[in-house]
Amino acid sequence: MARAVSTRRKLAFTALAWIVALVVFFPILWAFLTSFKTEGTAIAAPPKFLFFEWTLENYRTVLERSNYFRFLGNSIITAVGSTLLGLVVAIPAAWAMAFSPTRRTKDVLMWMLSTKMLPAVGVLVPITMLFRMMGLTDTHLGLVLVLTLINLPIIVWMLFTYFKEIPVDILEAARMDGASLRQEVIYVLTPMAIPGIASTLLLNIILAWNESFWTIVLTTTQATPLPAFIAAYSSPEGLFWAKLSAASMMAIAPILIMGWFSQKQLVRGLTFGAVK
Amino acid sequence: MGSITLEHVNKSFGGVEVIPDISLEIADGEFIVFVGPSGCGKSTLLRLIAGLEDVTSGRILIDGEDVSRAAPAQRKLSMVFQSYALYPHMSVRGNIAFPLKMEKAPREKIDQAVNNAAAILNLTDYLDRKPRQLSGGQRQRVAIGRAIVRQPKAFLFDEPLSNLDAALRVAMRLEISELHNKLKTTMVYVTHDQVEAMTMADKIVVLNAGRVEQFGSPLELYQRPANTFVAGFIGSPRMNFIDGAEAARHGAHTIGVRPEHLVVTPEGGDWSGVVKVSEHLGSDTFLHVDVDGIGALTARAPGDVPFRHGETVGLSPMNGRLYRFDAQGLAL
Repeated sequence: MARAVSTRRKLAFTALAWIVALVVFFPILWAFLTSFKTEGTAIAAPPKFLFFEWTLENYRTVLERSNYFRFLGNSIITAVGSTLLGLVVAIPAAWAMAFSPTRRTKDVLMWMLSTKMLPAVGVLVPITMLFRMMGLTDTHLGLVLVLTLINLPIIVWMLFTYFKEIPVDILEAARMDGASLRQEVIYVLTPMAIPGIASTLLLNIILAWNESFWTIVLTTTQATPLPAFIAAYSSPEGLFWAKLSAASMMAIAPILIMGWFSQKQLVRGLTFGAVK
Repeated sequence: MGSITLEHVNKSFGGVEVIPDISLEIADGEFIVFVGPSGCGKSTLLRLIAGLEDVTSGRILIDGEDVSRAAPAQRKLSMVFQSYALYPHMSVRGNIAFPLKMEKAPREKIDQAVNNAAAILNLTDYLDRKPRQLSGGQRQRVAIGRAIVRQPKAFLFDEPLSNLDAALRVAMRLEISELHNKLKTTMVYVTHDQVEAMTMADKIVVLNAGRVEQFGSPLELYQRPANTFVAGFIGSPRMNFIDGAEAARHGAHTIGVRPEHLVVTPEGGDWSGVVKVSEHLGSDTFLHVDVDGIGALTARAPGDVPFRHGETVGLSPMNGRLYRFDAQGLAL
């Protein structure tokens, strides 16, 4: 009897999970479908779900009208660049805080995180002015800098948590076993820290890739990454739902594929502290 | 060779003095146990010897050579940690070979040393496994294997058995003792468990609040405790202490008598009291007796004594088994 009840509960939870997942996923699914419709079908009421004439016209138009690969290139440069720069700054920072904490380490961490609590618009004016004065507007360097800065607290926090998980005993054991600092780093620390660094890297590439506020505000033509590419299709000439959807699909496809291939690493990294 | 000498070793963390002043001689080949309650400084002392902490003042000598400022590896000691501290990404073979690999020893020498250690510790079948695939006892053996391949001057053990269950702890205790008999290398072993200390040690160092309360063989400590702290710490169940008029009658500030040195009789005896709890262990019975004007006393009686809760019994200390202490707690 007890088993029957638990099976029913399991079914209910499975159904609930599917419903939640579908609700969350629906906008993407809808954009995907819309990207294959004509502009006319895209705004048809009642909406057509699957039975319409599928067309690749939107993708063709989008590719013709704008230089997708330039946007893609910009996205790769800024996302990867800001992530690498972020890691270069964050690894030593998180390292120091995890392995030789002081009384103020907690405060420093909290202060860094608190910068994420301010809405981006709050610093819009000073940042745009600084960018204009320093000639950073619409440059790769400018975008890399701003993306690094906004994501740095998260990178430091993530790395800090991973490094914290490495037991000090193991490092001391290596020291007892005669490892020099260099050997300790190469043979013990790095292999143990790599899963954490890898998942931080992946997550940060995703965050930087998807950042739209600053990338749209701080670029005009030269350094514009993919979010700006999508935004270009919600232009003053009117909304073109089908083309907008096609552009969106093209913008998220690379990151989606990357996420798909690295999901094991991502999940493992994100649950690193949870399962021991 | 592996003699260790501590000369007026002092250690402070920030402004807090953890070890005020300790001097100690450990002879080559001895099995020394540091024992004491948690926070007594025993692990700190071991870490000072290991070189994982620096002495604030004083000197540490190994084989007569001052190593107070030497890095851990230069001291040629091996350490076994409470948490095992195995390298999780390396196989058992990789873990045991690690110290030799750091020394850049030749391949054949490493293989031979690893196989030797594995044979001694029954790990031959597990050499290609990762630490996470091993049980607690096996992990501890790998940690010991990693320690022995270096042929260190001394082994340092930091509460190595406290993560194991009771049965395994007894078995590993024997294994470590056998290992010591086989290798005859100096061992310094830290524990809070006085049974481990008593069973394994050649000599015990009883520590309290960073001070050495007594240094001697297990039986010396048991038979001639220097003060009330050692008297209470060594022996289980712990010694009964009696203050006041009864102690004054024996010309002391405090008198102590071990539970196993109290003779229990149905009536008479030096002290008469009521049995509060009677714990039957099979081999022994622990009687917790409330004695008028003295307080609670514990007596260790044979397993088959009939006394029950609420019964009145008589207690008398055996001849010559009464310990007397002065107002400072020092033995008289």
